[in-house]
Amino acid sequence: MNVLLLAEHDNAALNEATANTLAAACLIGSHIDVLVVGNECRPVAEKAARLAGVSHVLLVEASHLADGLPENIAAQLVAMAAGYTHILAPATSTGKSVMPRVAAALDVAQISEIIAVESPDTFTRPIYAGNALLTVKSSDPVKVMTVRATAFPAVGEDGCAPIESVAAVADRGRSRVVSRDLTRSGRPELASADTIVSGGRGLASRENFHAVLEPLADRLGAALGATRAAVDAGFVANDLQIGQTGKIVAPQLYIAVGLSGAIQHLAGMKDSLIIVAINKDAEAPIFQVADFGLVGDLFELVPALTKALD
Amino acid sequence: MKVLVPVKRVVDYNVKVRVKSDGSGVETSNVRMSMNPFDEIAVEAAVRLKESGAVTEIVAVSAGNAGCQDTLRTALAMGADRGMLIETETELQPLAVAKLLKAVCDMEQPRVVLCGKQATDDDANQTGQMLAALLDWPQATCASQIVLSSDTATVVREIDGGLETVEIDLPGVVTADLRLNEPRYVTLPNLMKAKKKPIDVILAATLEVDIAPRLATLWVAEPPARPAGVKLNNVAELVAHLRNAGVIA
Repeated sequence: MNVLLLAEHDNAALNEATANTLAAACLIGSHIDVLVVGNECRPVAEKAARLAGVSHVLLVEASHLADGLPENIAAQLVAMAAGYTHILAPATSTGKSVMPRVAAALDVAQISEIIAVESPDTFTRPIYAGNALLTVKSSDPVKVMTVRATAFPAVGEDGCAPIESVAAVADRGRSRVVSRDLTRSGRPELASADTIVSGGRGLASRENFHAVLEPLADRLGAALGATRAAVDAGFVANDLQIGQTGKIVAPQLYIAVGLSGAIQHLAGMKDSLIIVAINKDAEAPIFQVADFGLVGDLFELVPALTKALD
Repeated sequence: MKVLVPVKRVVDYNVKVRVKSDGSGVETSNVRMSMNPFDEIAVEAAVRLKESGAVTEIVAVSAGNAGCQDTLRTALAMGADRGMLIETETELQPLAVAKLLKAVCDMEQPRVVLCGKQATDDDANQTGQMLAALLDWPQATCASQIVLSSDTATVVREIDGGLETVEIDLPGVVTADLRLNEPRYVTLPNLMKAKKKPIDVILAATLEVDIAPRLATLWVAEPPARPAGVKLNNVAELVAHLRNAGVIA
């Protein structure tokens, strides 16, 4: 088994989901090359080289690869695909954009967001918002897959793989990034946070969302999350959305505040170790998955919880 | 400008699906079916672009069994001009759908394919990207805003860290995310009018593309259930439990 793994990064730092994806790769085979595609991103390659289990880091640098355009990244992967039995990427925005293109170009299926490796050709993934788990066997000569980071514990950093430079493919030239509006926050990244404080429509306004939840998140060193309803209502930006089509999280502690627990939201957080629900509606579905529930007014209970932790 | 909008018939998103007892799949007989919600958003986006004058014709296309006619009728009632059903009883995986859609694009020559970013049944999030690759077109996935000019589409995309604006040359593929719009309700008069709009039925076999499934389903299982939790009386009890579980200091 020869595995090629697309590293997720922003040219400056390696995204942690890469180490989780590597853990899935290690369950498939022992020869694993990590591909770092970007521009002026050697520090990322050096970080990737330290991850346990990496055979080689392949570094491709070119200005037209800086923005992670799926047309270019996919073309690079396709050009390098020969000899590999598996091509993996984390199920991030980039991985989801790129990997179906790679699969179609290679005339093979793509398997999305695997959560278990049963054997080198058999994998399990959630369907129907996680209400069913599908195990599939691939008959394709190369398996192209995205990996759900929360399903695999990250590998350690005791490796020292060699870094090899690889020539870049030509710029496809038909797409351009115009601008990026990225949320900057001093909080932990949602996808890898140990603790998440998450809010829904019950917070009732943008002001309340921040005034009620931020002190608790500050006290716990937690990331903030939200439901689709809270994002749609403009309480917070889209990148905080947790659920079937948003972020998938599995922290040690998930505190769900003023959210009912629609199946689409549960799909994104029900693998959390401990779930706490705070909601005035005792019948809310969130209580069916919560380890600990408090029924009552969140505007009293959340500040009281914050105070009790001091 | 002609826009092609692929629409998929899926189990209605309000239905709580049940895994069949023999593990062969999910129960879909006698279950309410609807258009994939993301495809509904794509249809709405196409109709609004037509209303604004940027688009002249909307072709809705669906692949699957005869039941997909219902889904196409919904698209027509929302404002699509005509429908195409690529009919087959074969289980269709995303690569197969992308190949069928490529064959349709070769015939119809749309400037834009506007589809949902994923279907709520298989949650694959693949078909648009695969189609773009097969056509060698650029793509803009997870759109929350689309502006068309004659040669380009400028798309605001929802990405992990926030928002990204990309410009792609046309022809291209754009996939719709949740916040692109709120689809209109289909009214009875529009549904009646849609009955007069044409739906071409093309047998998938006549398109001569390989649609055989590449992935064999070994089994489908229920996810492990979480053990029932407890409702507590007050904040002090909660803090004690969380300390006991070791998740807070």
